[in-house]
Amino acid sequence: MAEILVLVEHVDGDVKKVTLELLTLARLLGEPAAVWAGPGYSDIAKGKLAEFGAEKVYVADSADIVDHVVAPKAELLASLVASRAPAAVLVASTAEGKEVAGRLAVKTDSGVITDAVGVGEGLVADQSIFGGGVNVHSRVAKGTPIIAVRPNSTAPVPATGAAAEEKVDVELSDSARAAKIVERVKQEKGARPELTEAAIVVSGGRGVGSGENFAIIEKLADSLGAAVGASRAATDAGWYPHAFQVGQTGKTVSPQLYIAAGISGAIQHRAGMQTSKTIVVINKDPEAPIFEIADFGIVGDLNQVVPQLTAEIAKRK
Amino acid sequence: MNIVVCVKQVPDTATERKLRSDDKTLDRDAADGVINELCEYAVEEALRLKEAHGGEVTVLTMGPDKATDTIRKALAMGADKAVHLVDPALHGSDALSTSYAMAQTLKKIGFDLVILGSESTDARTGMLAAMLAERLGAPQLTLANKVEIGDGAIRVQRVTDYGFDKVEASLPAVVSVVEKINEPRYPSFKGIMAAKKKPVQTFGIADAEIDAAQVGVANAWSEVTDFAVAPPRAAGTVVKDEGDGGVKAADFLASKKFI
Repeated sequence: MAEILVLVEHVDGDVKKVTLELLTLARLLGEPAAVWAGPGYSDIAKGKLAEFGAEKVYVADSADIVDHVVAPKAELLASLVASRAPAAVLVASTAEGKEVAGRLAVKTDSGVITDAVGVGEGLVADQSIFGGGVNVHSRVAKGTPIIAVRPNSTAPVPATGAAAEEKVDVELSDSARAAKIVERVKQEKGARPELTEAAIVVSGGRGVGSGENFAIIEKLADSLGAAVGASRAATDAGWYPHAFQVGQTGKTVSPQLYIAAGISGAIQHRAGMQTSKTIVVINKDPEAPIFEIADFGIVGDLNQVVPQLTAEIAKRK
Repeated sequence: MNIVVCVKQVPDTATERKLRSDDKTLDRDAADGVINELCEYAVEEALRLKEAHGGEVTVLTMGPDKATDTIRKALAMGADKAVHLVDPALHGSDALSTSYAMAQTLKKIGFDLVILGSESTDARTGMLAAMLAERLGAPQLTLANKVEIGDGAIRVQRVTDYGFDKVEASLPAVVSVVEKINEPRYPSFKGIMAAKKKPVQTFGIADAEIDAAQVGVANAWSEVTDFAVAPPRAAGTVVKDEGDGGVKAADFLASKKFI
C-alpha cells in the first residue's frame, strides 16, 4: 500500500490533536507515514504516533528547519515526495499548514486542496465553501495530491502502527533560509486549548458589552475545557484580542460544539464557524440570523443565561 | 522602493455567491464585485511604507474586465499606478495557475516588495503569498501584523498560534498582512478624482510571457467534481429564557453528552 505522508504538528515535543486526526484519516487512504520536522522528537512523540497508526516516522530534527519561515518544511516534504512517491500528503489546514501545502504544490508540480472537511475514496475531498453555503467535492488532477484538512474533521481513533523511525537529512537551499525567525514570542493564553483545534469553542460578540464582561464567556469556556473566541464586533471594539477572532477575516473553526453568546451571526462570523457540528446560541434578539443555524437557542440576556449555564455545568460534574 | 500591492476583486459576501453550473468555477456575474477586504490592509500598508521610505506603489490585479473597479479603489486610496492582468485564457485558474501567472507578471514589472492580504473571502486558500515567494525565490514574510524596513532589512511580526515570530529578511521580499495591522484609509474625494487619471496598464498572457497551457480551468491542477447548495441545517429548538435558560442549555448539552 502506498504511503500517505502526514506532516506532524507538534508543540514542546508533544504531538497535537490534529495530527492524530490526520493519521486516523490516512489509515483509510493508505499507509500512514508521519513526517516530523524540527527538534523535539522523543519516545513520547513516537509512542503517540505509533498509537494512532503511523507505520513510519520520517524524522528531520535539525533546528534549521523550524528557524526559517515555512519553506524548509516544504523542501523536506518535497524531498520525501520525490524519494518515496507517496499516494498523497496530508497537512493540517491551519494558516501555516496551508502555506506549506502551497509551496509544496509548486515544488512538486502537484494539485492542492485546502480546508477539506473530509477525504474519501479516490482521495476526493469534501469542502464547505462560501461560508458554508455550498458543499463541494474536489480532487487533485495532476501530481501527488496535497490536501490540507481542517482540524476536528475526523475523530482520532487509536490503532497501533510500527512507527519505524527513519532519519532524513535535508540540505536546505539558500532560498529556504531567506526568511529567518529571530525570536519566538509566546503570549500567555493560560490553560485553554488552541482556538482552531479545540473540540469546544465559546465565543462572545457585541452583546457581551465590554472587555471586562468577557470574563463570563471565559468562565463558561473553562467549565467546558473550551477555547474562547470572539466576533469581529468584539475585537473591533477592543474587548478581546484579534488573535481570537472567529470569522471570514479571522480564524476558521469547526469544533464539536460551538456556543455563540451575544453574536448576531453576520456572514462575516458564520463563514468562520458554520461547519461546527453542534451550535448553541444565546442572544436576546429573537430575529438574530444566528438562530437559523442553531441546534439549540435561547432568547435571553446572556448576562443571566451564561453564568447560570456555567454554574449548572459545575453542579453536574 | 518599488512596492507592488496585489489586490483581488471578490464577490460581495453580503450577497449570495454561486458556482457556475457549466465549468464549476466562481460565478463572477452573479454577485457584485468588491475589493477583497484583506487587500485594503495590504494597500494601506504599502502606502504607509511608501510614505516612510519613498518610492512608488503599483497595484497588480488578475481578473476580468470589471476588476477595474477594484483597481480604481486602490488608486483612489493613493497608489500611483496599476497593472491589470486580464485574458480570457486565465478564467478559472486555480491557486497554482494564478500564482504562476502573477509571478510571471511580477518578474516583468519588477519589484522590491510585494504585499498581499493573507487570504481572499472567496477561495480562502491563504496560499498565494507563499506560492509567490516560492516561485520568485524571495523571502516569505507572511501573516504579518507589523512590518518595518530599515538598514537594508525587512522585519515583520508573523502571527502564530502561540503569539508571534519576529522574522527578518532582505529585500526583495513577499509580505502578506493580516486584519488589524492598520486602519485602511477611506479614499478622499480628491483621491477618487485623481484615480481616474492614473495610468492602468493592461497585460494579456503574451505580455507577461504566460504559457497558456499552464493556466485556465482546463489546465487546473485540481478540479471540482460536483457541488450542491448546502441543505439548510435542521431547524433547532429555540426557547425563550424564563429564568431557567441556563438550566435548559445545560440539559441540551447533557443530552448531547458534552457534560
